[in-house]
Amino acid sequence: MKPVAMDSLAPATESFRSRSGISGYLACFNGIVWREVLRFVHQRERFLSALVRPLVWLFIFAAGFRQVLGVSIIEPYETYVLYEVFVTPGLIGMILLFNAMQSSLSMVYDRETGAMRTLLISPFPRWFLLISKLIGSGAVSLLQAYVFLLIAYFWEIEPPPLGYLTVMPALFLSSLMLGALALFISSIIKQLENFAGVMNFVIFPMFFASSALYPLWRIKEASPLLYEICRINPFTHAVELIRFALYVKLDLGSLAAVLGYTVVFLAAAIYAYNPSKGLLGRRGPPGGAA
Amino acid sequence: MNAASHDHPAARALSIADVSHAFGERRALADVSLEVPAGSFTVLLGLNGAGKSTLFALITRLYDNVSGQIRVCGHDVRRAPSAALRQMGVVFQSRALDADLSLLQNLAYHAALHGFGFAAGRARAMALLDIVGLSDKARERVRALSGGQARRVEIARALLHDPRCLLLDEATVGLDIGAREGIIALVRDLVARRGLGVLWATHLIDEIAPSDRIVLLHKGRVLYSGGHDGLLSETGATTIRDAFTAMTGAADAKPGGAPA
Repeated sequence: MKPVAMDSLAPATESFRSRSGISGYLACFNGIVWREVLRFVHQRERFLSALVRPLVWLFIFAAGFRQVLGVSIIEPYETYVLYEVFVTPGLIGMILLFNAMQSSLSMVYDRETGAMRTLLISPFPRWFLLISKLIGSGAVSLLQAYVFLLIAYFWEIEPPPLGYLTVMPALFLSSLMLGALALFISSIIKQLENFAGVMNFVIFPMFFASSALYPLWRIKEASPLLYEICRINPFTHAVELIRFALYVKLDLGSLAAVLGYTVVFLAAAIYAYNPSKGLLGRRGPPGGAA
Repeated sequence: MNAASHDHPAARALSIADVSHAFGERRALADVSLEVPAGSFTVLLGLNGAGKSTLFALITRLYDNVSGQIRVCGHDVRRAPSAALRQMGVVFQSRALDADLSLLQNLAYHAALHGFGFAAGRARAMALLDIVGLSDKARERVRALSGGQARRVEIARALLHDPRCLLLDEATVGLDIGAREGIIALVRDLVARRGLGVLWATHLIDEIAPSDRIVLLHKGRVLYSGGHDGLLSETGATTIRDAFTAMTGAADAKPGGAPA
């Protein structure tokens, strides 16, 4: 090893005070978002698999169902639409849902490997760190959703041009809500192996018991109980928010629901990651070591 | 540093008083008290399962210390976590680097977590990589590093924000002899040149030097805290290994001497 010359390292020129001010918060936020994007760029397989999943549904499942499942004129559509058109917001929601859970998986992995500790021992408030991480993850989801919309455009899914802009806040908010839920779930998963349970008990029920694949009125006809479950499912509201926004309309009920769920999930996640209140310190020593 | 100056809170890089912690019914730490003066290399010696990592999790606020007090450079980790965390650099037992990112990206990320702007963070990262002898690998992915090199990156990262207290939890586990010696020499040099207070948790007795302070942790209790020679004279042993065996053996033999 090279002889150590610690004298060559000047003390930090940026004082504690300046680093804990607004510029410090901004630097911290930028760093967290930048890392999320970098990780995503380095994991091309993740990007591809996130895209392939909804595309398979769009190209194969939706094409097959077009013949058996007609969609009547329902808001926000002003005419009869092809099943592919109807299902597109649900598939965008699928991208956000899987990305959020993938992010949750990476947090469990980070916790097992110790990388999560790097984040949590930052001197900035934990709520700020967690929200920054959620926003970073949301930025990645946004990128994936737009690539999917671009491909879908060539499959004759052509929302109004302005819809591509108005859908952005809906995508972002939905991504935050699902990310906050995933963050909370990551705090209660003890080991990475338990993530398969999340797939079965969270992702699939959320996706199928929603308006992603079929309109709610059809579900109501089939089963009033399932209809009620769909109505309280946060994912339903995310899909509807995206569906309306993509057609330059606002579904106030869904917006309120998504906002409310975001606040609740975020509060639960921040609570769970707060050492003085949350769950982490009660479960056992880090990495199984004492 | 004279004895009087040790009494000043700022002269103690780390001060732990009467800290206990339990996971449900299982008690992991019982009334642990220890001090790490600035400019000292303090070895936290204990077998696997002694409670070292739990203590680290409490110091770094990953867990909440509900009983007792932990102060870093005079700052209570519970009441002033931000000020305390700014003063400490940590190397955890398990590797905590992002394998897919480069060395520079890992350090720049950590710099950002401490509020350094992009340029300042990268400049400090490069300076520290130079110090630990890895500046030529700055743009390589962490995945390509050896265990010893990864540890040096983690030490560089722990120093990035200019802490006064450095905590290292089993930092040499899994390293070959050459890498181990290099890491220990680097940290001892930090103590000598920069006056850092270092808490070095290990179960490897041969890492202890005669000038070190020793805290012997066994089944969640501190059995001894003091100088190297004091441990020998207290047990009448001639080696630290014998002293350790004598002291932990006596504690195990005592009914109720250690938490379950």
